[in-house]
This record gives sequence, C-alpha cells and structure tokens, in this order.
Amino acid sequence: MAACSVEALLAKAEQEEAEKLKSITVLKELDLDFDIGNLLACDKNRVEPRVFREQKKDDFLRALARDNTQLLINEIWKLPTERVQEAIVAKLPDPATPLPREKPPPKPKPPTKWEEFAKLKGIQKKKKTNLVWDETAKEWRRRWGYKRANDGTKEWLIEVPETADPNEDQFAKRNKAKKERVAKNEYNRLKNIARAQKVKVPGVGLTPKAQQSKDELSRAVSVARTSTASVGRFQDSLPKEKAPKNQGKKRKFDPLIGDFSNEKNKQLELLKVMDSKKPKLDVTKAVNKQMREEDREEATAKFKKGAGKKGRKGNMQGKGKGNMQGKGKGKGGKGKGGKAGGGNKRRGKVGKR
Amino acid sequence: MTQLDDVVKPKTKRSKRFLEGRAPKLVEEVKTAMIMKGGNTSQTVTQALKDIYSLKKPHAVLYKKKNITRPFEDSTSLEFFSKKTDCSLFLFGSHNKKRPNNLIFGRVFDFHVLDMVELGIEKYVSLSDMKASKCPEGTKPMLVFAGEAFNTDTEHKRLKSLLIDFFRGPTVPAVRLAGLEHVLHFTAVDGKIFMRSYKCLLKKSGCRTPRIELEEMGPSLDFVLRRTHLASDDLYKLAHRQPKALKAKKKKNISHNAFGTKFGRVHMQKQDLSKLRTRKMKGLRKRKSQVIAEEQGGQAAKVTKVDN
Repeated sequence: MAACSVEALLAKAEQEEAEKLKSITVLKELDLDFDIGNLLACDKNRVEPRVFREQKKDDFLRALARDNTQLLINEIWKLPTERVQEAIVAKLPDPATPLPREKPPPKPKPPTKWEEFAKLKGIQKKKKTNLVWDETAKEWRRRWGYKRANDGTKEWLIEVPETADPNEDQFAKRNKAKKERVAKNEYNRLKNIARAQKVKVPGVGLTPKAQQSKDELSRAVSVARTSTASVGRFQDSLPKEKAPKNQGKKRKFDPLIGDFSNEKNKQLELLKVMDSKKPKLDVTKAVNKQMREEDREEATAKFKKGAGKKGRKGNMQGKGKGNMQGKGKGKGGKGKGGKAGGGNKRRGKVGKR
Repeated sequence: MTQLDDVVKPKTKRSKRFLEGRAPKLVEEVKTAMIMKGGNTSQTVTQALKDIYSLKKPHAVLYKKKNITRPFEDSTSLEFFSKKTDCSLFLFGSHNKKRPNNLIFGRVFDFHVLDMVELGIEKYVSLSDMKASKCPEGTKPMLVFAGEAFNTDTEHKRLKSLLIDFFRGPTVPAVRLAGLEHVLHFTAVDGKIFMRSYKCLLKKSGCRTPRIELEEMGPSLDFVLRRTHLASDDLYKLAHRQPKALKAKKKKNISHNAFGTKFGRVHMQKQDLSKLRTRKMKGLRKRKSQVIAEEQGGQAAKVTKVDN
C-alpha cells in the first residue's frame, strides 16, 4: 500500500513538473533569432494567411505575440543576474544587430602649423600651474582671465619711454597692441582651418601687414587695378609707374586664318609624334632617374657592407640636420636620414652633363 | 558638418559645451526622433503621432505646428529640422486623397536622409481607447518581429532595421527583470504589417522562468507599405562603419575548438623543487643549524649561477 502510494506520488510529481514546463515551453518549426542586447526576437516562421484569415485577427496576433514573447523571456531569464538595490537585474550582452550610426565617426583634429613645427622640433607641451604668486597683491591669483596675477592692463600709470613721442597716448598704444595681437591670433586660427580644408587663402602680399615691402605694395597695387568689372582695362596708369614683375604669362593664340605653312608644320609634327609611339624623352627627368638609381645602388651596397653597425642611425641623423641648415627651411621635413653627401654629388653631376 | 561650423568659434563655455554635445562621438547616445505632421492631417494621424510620441517619449521631439513639406519630393526641410533639433529619426504624418492616413518613418545619417518608408494606416486603435493599464514612460520595449517577409523582402528588411532603430530605446548594460513590461510586436502577413503593443504580465509558472500573459495596451496599427526611399548600398555601408577605436583588438595565441573551449599556452616560472615539501616525517625534519647552513649553501649556489 505504502509502496504504491510512493510510486503514485512520484508519478504525480513528474507530471506536475512536466506541466510546469509545459506552461513556458513553446514549440516552433524554426528557432527564433535573438538579439538580447536589444531585447529583440525575430520569428522567421511563415504565418499562414489562410489560418490568419479564418481566426479572429486580434486573437491570433495576441497568441502569436505571446508565444514569441515567452521565448524571448525564456532567453532573457537564462542570463546571469545580480541584485542591485532590492531589484534583480540581468546583465545584457552587447547589441548584435548592425544599425547605422547617427553621424560619421569623429575625425582627428588636423594639426596646426605650430603643432607641426613643435613635432618636428620635438617641443613638448608643458603644463603650467593655474595659480601664480602676485607680488603686488601678495596673494595667489589665476594666471589668465579676470583678476589675473601681474595684470599689465590694470596699471593706472605708464612711464613714457625716452625715445617715444611725449604727446603719444601710451594707454591707447597698449590697447591697440593688444587688439592687434588678438587679431593676429584669430587670423592664424583661420589660416590653420583653411590649410586643413585645403582652401586657397589670399597670398602674403595682399594681406595687411605692419610694414609692407616695396615688392608687396606693387603687387597689391596691380591686383587692385585688375579687380574692377572690366579687369582693369580702363584704369589709367600712374606717372612713373613701372610694369609689375612676375605677372604671369598671358596666353596668346594664333589668328584663325593666316599662316598656313606654320599650321601645316605643327600638325605634321604632332602626327609624327603620335605615329612614332615612342614617348618623348624628357632629358632632365631621365637624368634625375638615372641619378636616383645610382644613389639607390650605392645605398644598398653600403647597407650590405655595414649592416651590423649600430651607431649608423645616430650618425645619419646628424648629417641630415647639417644638410637642413645648409639648405634652409625648404626641405626640412625630408632631411631625416637623407644623405648630405649624396645631395652634393647630385648637384655636381648635373653640372657635368 | 559644414565648413562654417568650425570657423565660428563659440564665445562662451556654455555654447562650447553645447556644440561638443552635438559633435560626432565615438560611442553614440540614443537616437532621438522628431515627430511632425504635414500640411493636412486627419484625426487618426494626429492621434497616432501623439501615441507614438508617448511610446518614445524622453527621446523624441513632438512638433506642434504644421510643416508643409513632402519628404519624398524634397527632404531639405526635414534635414534642416533634424540638424536644428539634433534628431536622427523622424516620423512624418500626413493625410490626403491619394494617400490617406500616411506615416513616414525615416532616419538620417549625417543630417541627410538615409531611409524613408511610407506606411498607410488602415486601422487604428489609440492608446487612450483601450482601457488596460499602461506602461510607465521610457520603458525599454521588447521587440518581436514575425513573418517571413521580414527576412526575405529587401524593403521589409530595411523597414525592420528602421523600426528596431526607432523603437529600441537606449542601449543598456543591464535590465531589471520585473521591468520588462512592454512588448512591441510587428507581424508581416497578407501584405500588411500589424503593429501591436502589449503589456507583459509575468505569471508564476512553478519554475524560475515566469509564464507570460499579454494584455493589449495600444496603440495598435495596421499598416500597408507604400513608397520607400532606401539608401544606396554604398551609403548604407558607410553609415554602418564603426570607428577603429571601437573594434576589439584580436588577442594573439588564443584559439577555440568546436565546443567553445578556450586554448592558450600558459607560461610559468620554474618551480624550485628543493623547497617542495612532500611528506612530513619526524626523521626528515631539518634541524635549526642545518637549515641555516643550507640557506647559505643555496645563496652560494645562486651566485655561481650568475657568474656563469
């Protein structure tokens, strides 16, 4: 009797267990795709339109939604949980569905001219302290801004320098100088932006400067003259005015009808070049190429010879710097590891040929 | 960003912070949606817009006035508004004879329209028409898509991606299990798309995982797909491009087998076997003097090693 009851109990318990699981299991032909990071489930199973039409629409949809949600919840409940302030929290994985971004990823800021120079020279940024000791006020004050330490603009008395004009307003002069510095800074900032975006900026000669050279002034005059609606055609020239230098060539065209023999010759020459299929020999280019090749061969030979040497790099850099100083600032960037000797030789060879 | 954005420098710290908030970020925040109506709207459309706004609420902007524009013909004004409010999702409602009860779901990449899908409302039951209790504002919904069209048809696929983008809410590292209350169910059957919103009731099932019962909460909409404007593959790909900094670096010399077991080589220092105590016995115990002598001996040995 007792054994029988035990068996019955076991069977009952088993059945109960199965029923419990039954309430949360859903059978689907195809498994759902889950993206738990987004709390997302995709049911790929085909919904039969026939079945859908036969049933009441909302009930059918709700049954479908219930089954799918149950599957999603089952999946979420499998995640590791933890207790945070009386609430049970499931840790979500990262979202897996690829979605477009809102904006393109941020670009690194282009370096300013100073930053480029500093990098070249190896100048590193130094952090300055925010507070500075103010000798006159006898207290720590900020380095910049309102109520700054050692403020040069707050002096109520300025000594007139011996060389200066006694009637000149020193306060106005100081203000003007400050304003000009600010303006220059702003101009440089804009130039940096223009350089980063590869926009053309007006040339050096045309922008106002404290002291413009004669050359710059004459160029500015010539530009101003041609900046009229008629491109300067009706502008009178000033007395004693010289024609501006480096104006650039004006294109000239042959007349449409006239010199027939010349035209014929030109055409024939063109045809000859086209017919020969041989590229035209550019002498300077060829010479340069030849020289570069020779240099390269030399370099490889040198490298093979002294491959094991350790001090080579340091030496080369030293040479490179020397080269840069000699040439001026033009090729500073490329001077790294370049051969000073090679450069000299190159020049000599060109002369020979 | 246009060229001018960089040229004009913010004058105050506040405006600088504001601009920084809008600048592109490595890890982006939630996409906000702007919800607006066109020149003419029906009661249905207005109500639908309001309801969707209430589903999306903290991350949405509802435009109260009419905006007479046709996104499929000229999207410049939409792009302007998206820039103004910094929204990258939009929902545009309109109503006319040719296309009654029209909703346009769309998204924007870099302030240019990426995708637009036009859906016509066939049947609509609003949030307030249903008597059931509602979810609190800002609940992250569970999204379920059913129907094979969402996996086969390109337009439906894009629509699915768009709807996920629109409704998914913020990405979170963890969720409160009791807070999973809201289910948005999209079904594509019979050439229509049924959007249903349910409140999810967690019932005891006897085991750990609860049994789910759903209660319709509203709004429920039956859509038909109308016009679509999908981004070209190039642009779509470009919009998906993730910055390099976000990609996980590959760890070298680690492999996995078919069962997901991790394999790697572990490097260890050589063990000093002389210090290994195997078995404690009275006879083997070292005497004090012996220990000292041995230590000295050990040091000497070390020194010799170094000399070699």
